[in-house]
Amino acid sequence: MNTSDQPSSEPLLGAKPRFGRWAILFSLLLGMLAGLGMFTFGYGNGASYLSNNPQTCVNCHVMQDHMDSWQKSSHHHVAVCNDCHLPHDFVGKWVTKADNGFFHSLAFTLGNYKNPIQIKPRNRRVTQSTCIDCHKDFVHSLLPSSAGQDMQSCVHCHSNVGHALR
Amino acid sequence: MDRQKNRGFVWLLLLAAIMAAGTFGVVALLVNIFERKQEARAPFVRLVEVNEVSTDPEPWGINFPEQYESYLRTADTERTEYGGNHALPPSKLESSPWLKRLYDGYAFSIEYREARGHAYMLGDQEGTKRVTEVQQAGACLHCHASIIPTYRRIGMEALGEEVTEAKLGESFHQEAVMAGFEAVSQMNYEDVHAELSKTPDGVVKATPGDPHLGDAHPVACIDCHDPETMAIRVTRPGFLQGIAKLARSDDPLPHLPSIQRWRDSKSDQPYNPNVDATRQEMRSFVCGQCHVEYYCANKMTLTFPWGNGLKMENAEQEWEETTFPASEDGTPGGEFYDFVHKETGTKVFKAQHPEFELWSQGIHARAGVSCSDCHMPYERQGATKISSHWVRSPMLNINKACQTCHHVSEQELKDRVETIQDRTVAIMDRAAIAMTDMLDAIVAAEKAGASEAELKPIRTLQRKAMWRLDYISSENSKGFHADQEAVRILGESIDYSRQAQAAAYKLDSGAKD
Repeated sequence: MNTSDQPSSEPLLGAKPRFGRWAILFSLLLGMLAGLGMFTFGYGNGASYLSNNPQTCVNCHVMQDHMDSWQKSSHHHVAVCNDCHLPHDFVGKWVTKADNGFFHSLAFTLGNYKNPIQIKPRNRRVTQSTCIDCHKDFVHSLLPSSAGQDMQSCVHCHSNVGHALR
Repeated sequence: MDRQKNRGFVWLLLLAAIMAAGTFGVVALLVNIFERKQEARAPFVRLVEVNEVSTDPEPWGINFPEQYESYLRTADTERTEYGGNHALPPSKLESSPWLKRLYDGYAFSIEYREARGHAYMLGDQEGTKRVTEVQQAGACLHCHASIIPTYRRIGMEALGEEVTEAKLGESFHQEAVMAGFEAVSQMNYEDVHAELSKTPDGVVKATPGDPHLGDAHPVACIDCHDPETMAIRVTRPGFLQGIAKLARSDDPLPHLPSIQRWRDSKSDQPYNPNVDATRQEMRSFVCGQCHVEYYCANKMTLTFPWGNGLKMENAEQEWEETTFPASEDGTPGGEFYDFVHKETGTKVFKAQHPEFELWSQGIHARAGVSCSDCHMPYERQGATKISSHWVRSPMLNINKACQTCHHVSEQELKDRVETIQDRTVAIMDRAAIAMTDMLDAIVAAEKAGASEAELKPIRTLQRKAMWRLDYISSENSKGFHADQEAVRILGESIDYSRQAQAAAYKLDSGAKD
């Protein structure tokens, strides 16, 4: 039966219907992945990361101390986490959000980060630029006269404005 | 046709594999997020009951696995040399030969080694030549063993109460603990050690008539925590008596605000840290139960010399004012001393390891930083925050220990500490040279036939010089706990050594004339 059937039945049974069976299985797998993915996104409060709410940052338990110290700081009436820690232009904001979001969750999931955490040079430059963006009317006479020149970081002296007692 | 089919199959297989990997990753992430959320919710789960006899840390470890795991790491020693780890830590007598002359006539001149982690405290004590070759007092076990249930058992027997494992485990029973502490204070090391194994430890099951019910443990959970509430607490009778005495003194203690509150309240109850102290103070007091200056030999009860205050000269003054009680056969006790210096015949004091006292004089204490903040810093295990129970040098853990407050690089912090310690060691070496020169001069004066009356003021200077040098060299921070205070004390030591040396030379030349 086998030897005689195979050549003739192959185009029919082998290619089309078998591909169909695999396609069904594949769709099932894809559906499961999509479902699990959506559930995980919802369970991990994924949508909140697209918002401006400071509560989002405390999703990661490491940030609790920073949230607490922000609430005691002088800026908490006027600025949330994103106001100081993300650039104020559209592209820069979302690139930094994606960059920080990815590396923060990677670090917290793997657990291989320094604690107390330390700000990276790139993010330090971001905070400096956001300080100036809001206060430029007042501080423009203190800024370097030509671009790229060095200046003292604002938080070098005003370390408590964003996070009191840190 | 065949090839096309195969290619389609390979593609499907590849896609399925990618899908499987993707699903695996998403599930792993989901479980990780779930676990973190659970961790943040439940700080601990009480699975096993522990009570006041549970000196064995293992059952506590079932309830507090993370604290227990880090506690077990006190067995780790980051000290290597060519040829692997040491069976015993390096000898201080070899690295600093002047210590042999400082301790001449005292057990520390036989064996004196670098410190190791808490896990070794009992084993190292059992094995040191200071204990195996010299008859030591049972009071030494006040700090090296988890001894409180034994004090309670002996105290309850002395008070005429019935002693069973259940009764022992019921409550702290401070009256009995104090009575037991007094009862064993004059006993020998071996006898008190034997008593330890007669007390149940909550793991070895008691059978009637068995003289060995428990195991002897080094300092464990029960020594700093209440088994009922898990609150941090002080258990050591020596500390409870010492701190009550300190509260009654007029030493200003700006770093211990609860003592000032107690003084202001004019309470008729003695100061009790377990009732009066703040949680932050307790995070230093538990360490101050042992890391202090004390007397612990057989002539009187274990004593912390805090009646005048916590400073070096306050302790010295208390020892100078102390007289030994008359012994049982009626011979009067006489003036206090720790040992007779063999080379010179002078009665001198031996400083133990006054870490708590020196920290009290330093900038960190003044800023409200406790011992635990640096030696047991907070750390994150996933979403939970715990105090590390791997008690060790902050220099091995700069990120967690220092960078919580000091926002500068690890290398910068390490360099700052090394500067302080190098300076202290440099002045300590000079004080050691001054001390050996003084000993030579006194021995020469004695050989030349100086009278005891002539030598008396020189002996006083010698005792002051040796006490100060010993105070800083025995303290385990190389001056870091209070750098200016450490150098001040060493400066005084050099001054007294040179004064004694000059006075001895004068006698010597006077005798020749």
